[in-house]
Amino acid sequence: MRLKSLLPLLIFLGLAAVLWVGLGLKPREVPTVMIGRAVPEFDLPPLDGRTQGLASAALRVPGVKIVNVFASWCVPCRVEHPQLSALKNLPGIALYGINYKDNVADARAFLDGLGDPFAAIGYDRSGRVSIDWGVYGVPETYVVDGDGKIVYRHVGPISDDDLKTKFTPLIERLREGA
Amino acid sequence: MTAEIGHLALALALALAILGALLPQLGAARRDPALIAAAVPLTIGQFVLVLIAFLALTWAYVVSDFSLAVVASNSHTEKPMLYKLSGVWGNHEGSLLLWALILTFFAALVALLGRNLPARFRARVLAVESMIAVGFLLFLLLTSNPFERLSPPAVEGMGLNPLLQDPGLAFHPPFLYLGYVGFSVAFAFAIAALQEGRVDAAWARWVRPWTLVAWVFLTIGIALGSWWAYYELGWGGFWFWDPVENASFMPWLVGTALLHSAIVVEKRDSLKSWTVLLAIIAFSFSLLGTFLVRSGVLTSVHAFATDPARGVFILGFLALVVGGSLTLYAMRAETLTAGGLFEPISREGALVLNNVVLATAAATVLLGTLYPLLLDVFTGAKGTVGPPYFHAVFIPLMTPLFVALGLAPFLNWKRADLKTALSRLWIAAVTALIAVTVVAYLTWGGPVLALLGVAVGAWMIGAALTDLASRLRQGGRWMRLPRAQWGMSAAHIGVGVLVLGITGATAWNRESLEVMRVGDSLSVGPYTVRLENVAPVAGPNYTAVRGVMVVSEKGRAVMTLYPESRTYATPPMTTTEAAIRPTAVGDIYAVIGEETKGGWAVRLYLKPLQYWIWIGAGLMALGGVLSLSDRRYRIGAPARRKGAAHAA
Repeated sequence: MRLKSLLPLLIFLGLAAVLWVGLGLKPREVPTVMIGRAVPEFDLPPLDGRTQGLASAALRVPGVKIVNVFASWCVPCRVEHPQLSALKNLPGIALYGINYKDNVADARAFLDGLGDPFAAIGYDRSGRVSIDWGVYGVPETYVVDGDGKIVYRHVGPISDDDLKTKFTPLIERLREGA
Repeated sequence: MTAEIGHLALALALALAILGALLPQLGAARRDPALIAAAVPLTIGQFVLVLIAFLALTWAYVVSDFSLAVVASNSHTEKPMLYKLSGVWGNHEGSLLLWALILTFFAALVALLGRNLPARFRARVLAVESMIAVGFLLFLLLTSNPFERLSPPAVEGMGLNPLLQDPGLAFHPPFLYLGYVGFSVAFAFAIAALQEGRVDAAWARWVRPWTLVAWVFLTIGIALGSWWAYYELGWGGFWFWDPVENASFMPWLVGTALLHSAIVVEKRDSLKSWTVLLAIIAFSFSLLGTFLVRSGVLTSVHAFATDPARGVFILGFLALVVGGSLTLYAMRAETLTAGGLFEPISREGALVLNNVVLATAAATVLLGTLYPLLLDVFTGAKGTVGPPYFHAVFIPLMTPLFVALGLAPFLNWKRADLKTALSRLWIAAVTALIAVTVVAYLTWGGPVLALLGVAVGAWMIGAALTDLASRLRQGGRWMRLPRAQWGMSAAHIGVGVLVLGITGATAWNRESLEVMRVGDSLSVGPYTVRLENVAPVAGPNYTAVRGVMVVSEKGRAVMTLYPESRTYATPPMTTTEAAIRPTAVGDIYAVIGEETKGGWAVRLYLKPLQYWIWIGAGLMALGGVLSLSDRRYRIGAPARRKGAAHAA
C-alpha cells in the first residue's frame, strides 16, 4: 500500500473528525479578548449618499449601544434582520452598524429592501476597523456599556431565542446598573 | 390504513435491502450462482416496496390526511394540488423517502438493463446499491418516519412555506436527487471494479452513460434552484455560495471531472485508479451534501428542520460508506494497472488539466463551505468567508480550464502539436478579440475583469463551432456525425454562453431603488419605468399587492410589468414576486416592497445577459442528453458489442 493510495482515506478521516466535533458544537457565543476593554479607536465614513458615519466617540456616550457588523452578501445577516429591527425598538438603545467589505450599491439595496434599523452606519470597505474589533466573520454583534466598554459579543445571526434569552436580559441589567 | 401499508412496505424494503447487501457478495465470493442470481429480484423487490410507501405518502397528501404528522405540519386543504404533491418531498421525511425511491429505482434499472454484464460483477454492483439503501431506509425508519401518526389528528394543516410554493422549486429537489443518487451507480461500479480488480474500456462504457444521466439531472436541478432564487427571493441574485448551494455544486464539479476522465479510460485505458477515485468522491460529496443540509452544522438560508440525532446518524453512515470505500481503494488501487502513456500536450493531457482544475475547484468550495466549521473547531471562532473568497479563487482557477476547453478537441490522442491546433483556431481567437473590442467600446469604464469573461466565453463558443464545422467538412453529411460529437459541442458552447451570462449579469448589473408614488418615474439603463397603479389582488391561498409599471424606451412604451408582494395566511408570511422580462439587452427585473412614506419601495434591476445563464445551463444539459442518445454510449449499448462486454 503506497501513501498515494492511502491519502484520500487520510484526508477523509480528518474531515470526518472535524464534522464529528462540529456536531457537538452548540454554543454560538464565543469568548473574545475584547470583552471588558474599551472600544477600539476608529472613524468610519458614511455609505455614499448618506451623511452620518460612525466613530468611536459615538460609543463613549452614556447608555447602552449595540454595534452590528453586517454585509449585504452575507446570508445569515438577512436571517437576523428582523431581530435587529426588534432590538432597535427596545427602550434606551442605540443600534449602530458597521458595513463590512461591501459594495455601496449592494449595501444600499440591502437596507432599502429590508429596512434600515441603524441610527448610523460606518462603511468599513477594507475591513481594517473590523479587524480592530476582533471580527472573524459576519454577522457579529457587540454590546457596549455606558463607559464605552465592550461587554458582550455575539457571533453569527441573532435568533429570536437569542434576543429573548441573551440580549434583552443583558440590556436590562446594564440599564439598571447605569 | 394507507399509512400503515406504507410503513410496513418500508420495513419490508429494509429487510430485502439487508439481504440484497449480503447474499450477492457472499455468492460472488463463493462463486455460488444461486446467491448471485438473487441480487436481481431482491433489488427489484426493494423498488416496488419503496414505491408503495411513496404512493401511500402521496395519497395522504392528496386527501389531506392530517392524522399524519408530516402532512399536518406541511400541507393545508386550501393548497393547490401541484403543491400538495410537491409537498410530499418539500420536507425532511418526504425528501428522504424520495431519495430512497430514486436510489432503488436506479438499482432496479441496473438490474434490468445489466443483463449483459458479467453476472458476478452485476451482483456486486447491486449489493453496493442495496447497502446504500439499507442506510437510507434505516435513517427513515429510525429518525425520520414519514408515517408517524398524530393523536389526536390535526383539524387543519399548517401549510407549506410559501417561498416553496413555486413550480421551479416543486421540481428542483427531484432533479437534484436524481443527480445525487445517479452518482451512486458510478460509485457501485467503482466498488465492484475494486473488488474484482478490473477496470477496462467496457467498464468505462457502463460508467459513462450513468454518470452522464446523473450529471444532466444535477445540472438541471442546480439551474432550477438558481432560477428559483433569482425570481422568487427577489434579491436579484442567482447564486449566493450558500452551503446548500455548494453542497450541490461540489458533486457537480467532481461529476464533470469523472465524465471526462472516464473518456480517457475508455479510449486510452489510462487514468484508471484516478477515475475510480473520482467515482467514489462524486457520490461521497452527494452524501456529504445531505449531511451538511440535514445536520445543522452550518448556517444556511435553507432552514431545514435539523436534529443532532439525525446528524450523528448521517455522519456514521458517511464514515462507513466513504471510509469503507476509500479503505478498499487504498488496498486495491494498485491492482489497477495503468495502460496507455501520453505526452503532456495531448488530448489526455487536456483532460487531465480538466480533472485537476475541477477537483481543485471542488476542494476550494469544500474549504469555503466548511471554513466556518473549521474555524470553530480549531479556534473557537465563528465566521463565514462569503462570495469575495469564492470569486477570488474561482476566476484564476477557471480561466485556464476555459482556454483548454476550446483547445482540447483539436489535440490528438497520445501526442499533439500545440502549434497545429492553435493554427486551426485562429477564427476563434479573432472572434474573442473582436468580442472584447466591441464590449470594451460599449462598456467603456466598466470592470476590466468582465473583458476576461467575454474573451474566454467567446473563445469557447468560437472554438466549439470551429471544431463542429471542421468535423462536418470531414464527415460529409451532418446526419453522419455521431450524436456524442453534437453533445460535446452543445455542452461546450453552453459553458461559453453561461460564462458570458454570468459576466454580463454581475459586471454590468444596473439597479435603482426608490420610494415611488403612483405616477412617479424611475430610470434604469436605457429604460424609464413609470408606476401606473398599485392595487390589491386575490390569489388561491394568498392576497397580494400588485404594481402596474409601464416600461418605455426613448419615450415609447415597450412593456408592462406586474410585480407583486404576496401575503400568505398559512403560515403567515410575505413573499415578493418579481416581475422579470427578458429584453434584447437583458432582463428587466422589478420588485415592489412595502408601503412607506406614502409610496412604495420599488427596486428595479437591469441585468444584461442574465437569461444567457439559463440558456447556457440548458445547452449543457442538452449536450448531455444528445451524448446519451449516441448509440455507442446509450444505456444497454454494450448489448450490441457482445464481445467487448464479455471481456469485462
